[in-house]
Amino acid sequence: MIQVNRLDGGQINTGRTLDFTFDGKRYQGYPGDTLASALLANGVRLMGRSFKYHRPRGVLTSGSEEPNALVELRSGARQEPNTRATTAELFDGLEANSQNRWPLLKFDAMAINDRFSNFLTAGFYYKTFMWPAAFWEKLYEPIIRKAAGLGSLSLQEDPDQYDKGFLHCDLLIVGAGPSGLAAALTAGRAGARVILADEDFAFGGRLNAETFAIGDDSGPDWVATTLAELQSLTNVRCMTRTTVIGAFDHGIQGAVERVSDHLPTPAPDKPRQILWRIYARRTLLCAGAIERPIAFENNDRPGIMLAGAMRAYVNRWAATPAQKVAIFTNNDDGHRTAVDLMSKGVTVAAVIDTRTDAPRVADCELLSGAQVVDTSGRLGLSFVKLRLADGSERTIECGALGVSGGWNPNVHLTCHQRGRPVWNEAIAAFVPGGDLPTGQSVAGAARGEFSTHAALRTGSKEAAAALRDIGIKARAIALPKAEDAPVNLQPFWYVGEGKGRAWLDQQNDVTVKDVKLAHQENFRSVEHLKRYTTLGMATDQGKTSNMGGLAIMAELAGKSIPEVGTTIFRPPYTPVAMGAFGGRSRGKHFHPVRETPSHKWAVEQGAVFVEVGNWLRAQWFPRPGETTWRESVDREVRAVRGSVGVCDVSTLGKIDVQGTDAADFLNKVYSNGFAKLAIGRTRYGLMLREDGIAMDDGTTARLAEDHFVMTTTTANAVNVYRHMEFVRQCLWPDLDVQLISTTEAWAQYAVAGPSARKLLQKIVDPEFDMSNEGFPFMACGEITVCGGLRARLFRISFSGELAYEIAVPTRYGDALIRRIMQAGEEFGVVPYGTEALGVMRIEKGHAAGNELNGTTTALNLGMGRMVSKKKDSIGSTLSEREGLNTDDALALVGVLPRNKTQKVTAGGHLMSLGTPVDAAHDQGYVTSAAYSPILNSSIGIGFLRSGGNRMGETLRLVSPLTDSDIEVEVVSAHFVDPEGDRLRA
Amino acid sequence: MHDMTALTALGGASAQVDTFDGLEISECPDWALASLAGRLGQEAGSAKAAQAYLGKPLPDVGTCTAATPFYVFWTGPDQWMIEAPHDSHEDLAAQVKAAVLDTSSVTEQTDGWVRFDLAGPRCHDVLELLCNADTRSMAAHTTTRTRMEHLGCFLICRAVGHFSVLGPRSSAGSLHHALITAARSAI
Repeated sequence: MIQVNRLDGGQINTGRTLDFTFDGKRYQGYPGDTLASALLANGVRLMGRSFKYHRPRGVLTSGSEEPNALVELRSGARQEPNTRATTAELFDGLEANSQNRWPLLKFDAMAINDRFSNFLTAGFYYKTFMWPAAFWEKLYEPIIRKAAGLGSLSLQEDPDQYDKGFLHCDLLIVGAGPSGLAAALTAGRAGARVILADEDFAFGGRLNAETFAIGDDSGPDWVATTLAELQSLTNVRCMTRTTVIGAFDHGIQGAVERVSDHLPTPAPDKPRQILWRIYARRTLLCAGAIERPIAFENNDRPGIMLAGAMRAYVNRWAATPAQKVAIFTNNDDGHRTAVDLMSKGVTVAAVIDTRTDAPRVADCELLSGAQVVDTSGRLGLSFVKLRLADGSERTIECGALGVSGGWNPNVHLTCHQRGRPVWNEAIAAFVPGGDLPTGQSVAGAARGEFSTHAALRTGSKEAAAALRDIGIKARAIALPKAEDAPVNLQPFWYVGEGKGRAWLDQQNDVTVKDVKLAHQENFRSVEHLKRYTTLGMATDQGKTSNMGGLAIMAELAGKSIPEVGTTIFRPPYTPVAMGAFGGRSRGKHFHPVRETPSHKWAVEQGAVFVEVGNWLRAQWFPRPGETTWRESVDREVRAVRGSVGVCDVSTLGKIDVQGTDAADFLNKVYSNGFAKLAIGRTRYGLMLREDGIAMDDGTTARLAEDHFVMTTTTANAVNVYRHMEFVRQCLWPDLDVQLISTTEAWAQYAVAGPSARKLLQKIVDPEFDMSNEGFPFMACGEITVCGGLRARLFRISFSGELAYEIAVPTRYGDALIRRIMQAGEEFGVVPYGTEALGVMRIEKGHAAGNELNGTTTALNLGMGRMVSKKKDSIGSTLSEREGLNTDDALALVGVLPRNKTQKVTAGGHLMSLGTPVDAAHDQGYVTSAAYSPILNSSIGIGFLRSGGNRMGETLRLVSPLTDSDIEVEVVSAHFVDPEGDRLRA
Repeated sequence: MHDMTALTALGGASAQVDTFDGLEISECPDWALASLAGRLGQEAGSAKAAQAYLGKPLPDVGTCTAATPFYVFWTGPDQWMIEAPHDSHEDLAAQVKAAVLDTSSVTEQTDGWVRFDLAGPRCHDVLELLCNADTRSMAAHTTTRTRMEHLGCFLICRAVGHFSVLGPRSSAGSLHHALITAARSAI
């Protein structure tokens, strides 16, 4: 297979051939090629279709700013749309396909749009799809959505992994062209911690694309020598394929390293990309500049590209877009392309320079004061039509045209903290303003210093200055002799001649006419111009088009370009895969899991687990023969109420509260009193928010005069701890209180049921009195179990049964559950899960998360008297607000279905009989419901207006969501053992 | 003497050790932990009593002290964590409390945490994928609080190329998975 446009030389390895396909056709290239360079070498100029008009398009650039040559890479789940052919590294077996065409790239039926371009101008959507309104959702939107976008998604899960990471350095150098390399040498030799990052897979920047000498070396040789030195320095980290995507707060930079994009698939266990957060004490932006085109009629034909890109293809990749080319420029730099191409044997038909005093640089025809006014060629450039200085017309045959309208410094990262660039008349371009992100400075072409010498000089100087700022001494390097030509440019943005379309933004099909239309329709602010025309949107964010649009708007508005200004530059600098933002936090590793001490044992029992926060809790323990969860749960409830059950309650938050003022402190965070709680006793506590709404509840045990252990609900453990730290540190810093979480340190099991004491007596060491008198309801103590193991025992009950919670150091949690099950065998002990726990607490009328739902007060919960008036506590004052204390305030009640076969639905609303079912007549709502195997009925608890006075009343429980409407009787929320005899037994 | 068998945080009877080229990640279950916090107005007395017990002064902000058999690391203002071999100091909190009396609050923390040690020259390559601590510049016997796998952790540099990560015990599996995944990615 012949690469018809492959030249000699370049920085490619011709010793090895790489096979690849484009639209199914096989081609060959070399290591070091990009997909774009390889296609050009194979004579392929047509690489895609435009967004709106489906115009044939080829490469415009040779870098990440590419608007046109967007392709789909790979296939199957790894198919990636909108990949720039100019940055996609060639690898053996690469599959690429063009996009936004049907059926073929060369014959795209959708190109019919181009015929209707007069109707599809800027603002087309806004004007056309206004009416009728009913059409929008069902007709217009689906059509627009179908038509929008370029590439397509595979809709399969991304099989690759992405990492995130954190790097630290004294100096981050963004860009490894001449200024970046000089900066890295300066900083590296000074011993500073340096990160040198470049988006390219090869360091060198424009030195790889030019033929300049650096001292006695060629540019690439100097790069190689410099890189060798940098890589020998342990304090310098050289990162290729790494794009710094944003300058964020406090000098933190975001960067994406494409670890495996140049490989067919990532190596096992290796990420495809890494999203780095770089903590840089100083950042030096050496991001270079991007060439800008000149707009003229039909300037979008494949083969028309930026002159600097053309030079890069020839010099770096030894690929020419055509054997015969022409150059169109308004500055001296364009002439370099002609010189370099001719030196490689490419025919340069002419250099067309808009300046009447254009210098003669290349040994080819020079047409000064001339302009390209039109082009022709169906799927690629064939001819350019010129208007010569004398007004005559001329046509030149060529397969490619290099265009140079000057260069724009790459100021993006200087503006990510809302800084604005400033206009530099000498180079007719924006340069970084004074308001740079924290710790950032700029060197080289990125600040408008375009010569190689200036790049080296400013790179070294700025690096030394940045390090000096942070106390590191660095000396500027001895500068090698390098090209130092001045910028010689006459601003020229577009060719005014012709009625056809002159393209500004090739990615979004925005033309000079569109900008004029925006101006005509008064969308003149630069931000309005962007939104109205879509100039500068999508993957390239207008890197090659914005300046042209601004210049034309300035001309139309009679303003200068800086008066028009730029739009806001926002991160990311180039598109970032969503996977990189997600990192490893996906699928079952989306968040960390918390396992209870009995997890391993519960798995062995076949427990069904439920996520509670990050915890995995056993929901129920199915037994052979049980076909529904209800069978298991009913059995567990009956077993607990009948004899004894055990439940892992380690997930409840445990906060150790110590200090001489610990009791005073608890008196402030709890609404009820704790100061008089006796040592060895436990008390239920209710915690209010500042606004008087219930926040959390739990029991707190007093282990010593100055030592309490607080229990919180599982879900609120972290919030309560944070709240208490706030109270301790900020509200009452003069109290002597120390807090620390001990949630994880103890494995804690609830042992509940009439046989609980008998069971535990087999485990608790005999010297501890377990009798009802010796260890009564709400007692607590530090004990030993199983022959001396440290343990804590609390006689508290959530189920309403005689119950204890026993805790041992977590490492013994597995052993303890096994021991409890073994000891309880004679009593028929069962493990029970959160479902049975929930059923029993509803039977007992105990509030939980459903009731402490962020809207309820102590009064609502039937605990109004727990808000002590004898002391001040958080939320106490605001709980007295009038609106929270009305006569018809919600009160916790129980509900029973009148018809025992019917089901009480949580979330359903309570309505008086005979009233409309609407919000105005709402009487309350059911918060929790369950089937009680003890009452053989569905039951519920919830909040009802004046609930305490409505016992026995019949109401409707209506749940439109579940389409249920039943009659219920209002009863006490305490369905089982309302007197509490069982738990005191 | 009780007859209860302990499990490690990863649920094994013995510690999990994973070896990579240039790095060993090992679960370290054989350490007891107790927190020490000086009480308000008694900070000096607390420090003095602790020094008498430990044999060395309590470490300053962000640092650790090796006082064999103890290792102490700073965790916050007037707060430290004391580490000692589990076999000989299973009741470490009680021992410390007996030494510092009412000058300090002491809480058993032994099983509140899982400790993984990363030892070897490649430890930095792994840690930089997990947390924002600048491990390459951490000196021996320094410590910081950081976040790994969404979990609040203590990171201790015990020596050059030797770090301990203390994370919440209940998430030991997730933390271990993160460490191993990062190691496979980086090495």
